[in-house]
Amino acid sequence: MLSAMKYASPTTVAEAVDLLGSEPDARVYAGATDLIPQIRAGRPEPAVMVDLKRIERLCAISGNGSTYTVGAATPTADICVHDGLAAAFPGLVEASGLIGSDQIQSRSSLGGNLANASPAADTPPSLIVNDARAVIAGPGGERTVAAADVATGPGTTSLGGGEFIVEFELDQPPARTADAYLRLIPRTEMDIAVVGAAARVTLDGDGRVAAAAIALGAVAPTVVRVPDAESALIGNEPAGDALAAVEAAASAATNPIDDKRGTVAYRRQVAGVLARRAVSIAAERARERGGQS
Amino acid sequence: MTVTEPKPSYKYVGTRPVRHDGLEKVTGRARFAADLNMSGQLHGIVVRSPHAHARIVSIDTSEAEAMPGVKAVIIGDDFPAVEPGHRQYDMCINVIARDKVLYEGHAVAAVAASTRDQAQAAAAAVKVEYDVLPAVLTIDQALAPDAPVLHAHMMTAGANPPAEEPSNISNITRFSGGELDAGFAEADLVIEREFTTQPVHQGYIEPHACVADTGQDGHTTIWCSSQGHFNVRSSTATLLGWETTRIRVIPAEIGGGFGGKTTIYLEPLAVALSAKAGRPVKMVMTRDEVFRATGPAPGTKLRIKLGVQSDGNLVAGDAYLIYTNGAYAGPGGLLGAMTVFESYKIPNFEVEALDVVINTARSAAYRAPAAPLTAYALETMLDELAEELGIDAMDLRLKNAVAEGDPSTMGFPFARIGFVECLEAVRDHPHFTAPLGPNQGRGLAAGYWFNIGESSSATVNLNEDGTATVVTGSPDIGGSRASMALMAAEELGIDPHDIRPVVGDTEAVGFTDITEGSRATFATGMAVVEACRKMVVELRGRAAKMMGADIDDVDWVDGQAVYTGSDGDKDPLSMAAICAKAKRTGGPLTATGSLEAHGAGPGFAVHLCDVEVDQETGVVRVVRYTASQDAGTAIHPSYVEGQIQGGVAQGVGWALNEEYIYDSDGVMENPSFLDYRVPVASDLPMIDAIIVEVPNPAHPYGVRGVGETGIVPPIPAVANAIYDATGCRLRDLPMSPIRVLEAITANGGSNGS
Ligand SMILES: Cc1cc2nc3c(=O)[nH]c(=O)nc-3n(C[C@H](O)[C@H](O)[C@H](O)COP(=O)(O)OP(=O)(O)OC[C@H]3O[C@@H](n4cnc5c(N)ncnc54)[C@H](O)[C@@H]3O)c2cc1C
Repeated sequence: MLSAMKYASPTTVAEAVDLLGSEPDARVYAGATDLIPQIRAGRPEPAVMVDLKRIERLCAISGNGSTYTVGAATPTADICVHDGLAAAFPGLVEASGLIGSDQIQSRSSLGGNLANASPAADTPPSLIVNDARAVIAGPGGERTVAAADVATGPGTTSLGGGEFIVEFELDQPPARTADAYLRLIPRTEMDIAVVGAAARVTLDGDGRVAAAAIALGAVAPTVVRVPDAESALIGNEPAGDALAAVEAAASAATNPIDDKRGTVAYRRQVAGVLARRAVSIAAERARERGGQS
Repeated sequence: MTVTEPKPSYKYVGTRPVRHDGLEKVTGRARFAADLNMSGQLHGIVVRSPHAHARIVSIDTSEAEAMPGVKAVIIGDDFPAVEPGHRQYDMCINVIARDKVLYEGHAVAAVAASTRDQAQAAAAAVKVEYDVLPAVLTIDQALAPDAPVLHAHMMTAGANPPAEEPSNISNITRFSGGELDAGFAEADLVIEREFTTQPVHQGYIEPHACVADTGQDGHTTIWCSSQGHFNVRSSTATLLGWETTRIRVIPAEIGGGFGGKTTIYLEPLAVALSAKAGRPVKMVMTRDEVFRATGPAPGTKLRIKLGVQSDGNLVAGDAYLIYTNGAYAGPGGLLGAMTVFESYKIPNFEVEALDVVINTARSAAYRAPAAPLTAYALETMLDELAEELGIDAMDLRLKNAVAEGDPSTMGFPFARIGFVECLEAVRDHPHFTAPLGPNQGRGLAAGYWFNIGESSSATVNLNEDGTATVVTGSPDIGGSRASMALMAAEELGIDPHDIRPVVGDTEAVGFTDITEGSRATFATGMAVVEACRKMVVELRGRAAKMMGADIDDVDWVDGQAVYTGSDGDKDPLSMAAICAKAKRTGGPLTATGSLEAHGAGPGFAVHLCDVEVDQETGVVRVVRYTASQDAGTAIHPSYVEGQIQGGVAQGVGWALNEEYIYDSDGVMENPSFLDYRVPVASDLPMIDAIIVEVPNPAHPYGVRGVGETGIVPPIPAVANAIYDATGCRLRDLPMSPIRVLEAITANGGSNGS
């Protein structure tokens, strides 16, 4: 109903931390593209809405040559047009570009996408295959955790009271490394992933896989890593039997549900297909990138 | 691209001026019903049933009435009782439930309060005690021998022998021609197939909305968006038990209807709340309410048997059609029966159609109601027959297509129709022979809708400066105002932009039926032409007076009165000159046309669709689409193309993804556009619309309705294309990725071109 809520717009992390400490029923938001629809659908209204977008650090993208830092509230539209990120993490940028529509993307953020903890969110699998770290601020100061450790189940996170994500850190990938993200939706846009698959592949000088990371969305309560698929790739060319093994392992790793958006059988089968395809695309990109890091 | 028969050359008809309502719409200034606000207005909220099927034991409104800002609460008992057999019984008990709720979302009470939040809070405080009954959610459940019966009074109409016990079958329609058994005996190939389809929503962008202001004199004014404000008036009057004169309905701009706004939901509630509170009441549905409580098109189970000779001659057809219209009797089965075999010469046929009630929202019309589903069955079966016989799918249709003089299955002979021309237009289009890419397939399908006439009224008022106002009673849901102006321009001989076409309220223009059945440009256009022709006679008379001539010596040529007599030269008189002198020649210049239109020409369409199927995920993308349709005469070709393209877009959604998802208790799980998947713009290629013009002899400009036929062929066109790409015949809608992948997997993996 959006009737009696208060609005706050701190301009520093410290100010936001203080505000959240003094107001127990406050809620941070970035784009509010999840939050407002949820309130409209009947979820309880917070007493105070805390806008994170006035804090410079939360909307900045920077790189120091070895690590990129992406503010947690940065609109995904900005991520999509960032040349450095597009070169280093094409899959993550791809995933960011899939959220909703142009209008949504002018608001939606990586922090909101991760902290909303929807199993079907598009960017978390890509954050995870790139070993992204989340810098979290709270009453106890700042701490850094793996992005993989933020969501703990549908709608639940490991964030403590008064904590919020400030930014994500992503290390510049090594040579011959690239990622890719694919999702299945029945339409071409404005839809929620029935299955999502992110892959990151590092090739050695002979075109064999030296390192791999595969993560699936929308097929379990949280993002699923597929270690069996990763080990099936290591030491092999990303083709033929190795890809078949990726497909089988990805299907096997899923723990999906039947719901209005898909069935268990469908999600399982398609998770394998998308994982295989994402690995192929990531490997192709890694090959093209060659020795650049 | 337009295929044209020789026709009279028109000055304005067939041109593409900017529509009169266009600028206001694209700048966001046009007023839709939810844009209207009145000082002192209250906000009304409907209390809806959470159960799909339940008896209402009691309703306690006392707590709600005591809440802050609440000015009125109403329940079913506040309206006159209605008994089964009443002409509009279903509408009355649908707008507000009386003793029983029949679907989740059924209105049981309504609240008006100073703010929407207050009304919402009060609505939540209305205490309804339900005796929950088992819900009937599918056709099979409705027909099961021990099925709970929704309506204790429902004795199947048309049953033979007559029904003795109530059931969930509201009516049975049967008709036949020729000798069915003899027909099948002549056939060289007989196939029988079964299909299931799900209810789909019309998906109009604008939710239902209205404002009602009831005065102490017992008169009310309703502002609302609908496809027919005279129908809003009569239905509201019926439900309230009021005389028609007490209700004035002013049409707002309408943001899509597609048939779904041919009935009413909110207006009587708003009037009753307004009467009780003594203040204007505004009601606007949420999208959630639109999905749960308004008009799906019927779901079906269809079984069809076709017999064909080896040369491709269709000889026999047997159809058993079951339609469900939600919780109420409905015309789905009847309309399915009327359309199933109508496009082809099938000398021996039998049709039996059942209408069945289940515990879902009452279905409403949706473009060419019922016909897309029978076309889905028939047109995919024709493809199968063609393949079996080794005959080209186009040739099979050309061979059997109905043409002028052929008897329809309804008994009448077809007048001049353009089915063959539509087939030829597609056959001759470059798309028909364009190469396909990997994993792509092509599907052809045809469709038919009979179109209707009904009552229409128009008034033409000439203004002091020689411009004109054309008032009609037809809400403009697809550009009809522009078409009215073009026909009037052609008749009067003035520029279409010197004519202001408006939709008059129920007290400003003569009775006009709903904008439905693709009738506005046809029937209301006829009324406009009639009014204009009377006006031209009047103008000639006035000019004759001014010239001092006999009316028979004055012609109307290109917007001027021209003297043709032998009494020397007289200067022609323009419309402006005649209007300027109107006071001295007989007063204001107005003319009306009111008529019951007959001869609505049937509309045929032929579509060609290319899809690309991801054989590993079952995702289907439409990559190319060409659609021909006989418009008779395209008054404003852009809006004919718009109707064709819109029909395709909606038909593709129906084919691929749209469906209602209910839980086991009949509660809808996907009441939003996020999960009820209509196509988005990027799902569709540019749709190439081919206007075929085979003039309808019954209309002064040859118009046939174009609003509906375009939604008939897409489902089978997509299905036939998927078959071509995958080797799989999908006989259940929607053909979602899950279904397509299942079919491909069952077929042993991909098998495409
Ligand atoms: C029309 C539409 C289409 C959509 N399509 C997609 C899609 O295709 N794919 C997809 O993944 N999602 C989609 N979404 C969901 C949503 O847009 C995304 O999840 C988006 O990334 C959320 O970002 P936000 O900044 O708007 O989050 P907000 O709504 O601002 O926040 C979401 C949640 O995260 C919390 N939060 C926000 N920022 C932080 C932070 N820095 N630290 C801690 N907690 C925080 C908020 O308190 C809230 O609980 C769609 C939404 C809409 C309305």
